[in-house]
Amino acid sequence: MQILVMGPGCPKCEQAEKTVREAVAEAGVQADIEKVKDFQEIAKYGIFSTPAVVIDGEVKVVGKAPSKKEVLSWL
Amino acid sequence: MSKCDCGCGAAPKFVFSCSGAADVGEVADQAARALSREGAIKMFCLAGIGGKVSGIVKSTEAADRVVALDGCPLNCARKTLEEAGFSDFDHVQLSDLGMKKGESPASRENIAAVVEEVSNRLQG
Repeated sequence: MQILVMGPGCPKCEQAEKTVREAVAEAGVQADIEKVKDFQEIAKYGIFSTPAVVIDGEVKVVGKAPSKKEVLSWL
Repeated sequence: MSKCDCGCGAAPKFVFSCSGAADVGEVADQAARALSREGAIKMFCLAGIGGKVSGIVKSTEAADRVVALDGCPLNCARKTLEEAGFSDFDHVQLSDLGMKKGESPASRENIAAVVEEVSNRLQG
């Protein structure tokens, strides 16, 4: 499983990454988590607001840091 | 606290055009592009909504404002958005501005009339 956390580095983006890492650890799943900061790369996914989370190519959330419960439901 | 230079907290405004094959579709398309260039609202990809491209759908869900431009009464842009589950958006149909399919070329005047209508709605 590949998880991309999109966001250049503001507090909400950092929170999104932290939540994703906690959820992955809690679920015990194998996942490569990558932070994407380049807005050109982010825009390639059709994302125009951050933070955003992409799992295996599917955009799960845009414009807000997800809750751990939400992330767990996607894993 | 780190400096925020991203799109956080800045929900975009999106305009979708039917961009249909008829002259009025061309007017709607050119008006959406002109509005996007002006910067008050960004043209976004209606085909991405129809194709359920996740990034485009989720970005639209996060948008502050959505405007659909339809050239003719078939209302393809409106129906595409509705089919994807969107209901809270402005709808501008060019026939309501007096433009008729087959009789309304993509002239500067027609494009400007649509740009003005959308701009007024954004201010209202």
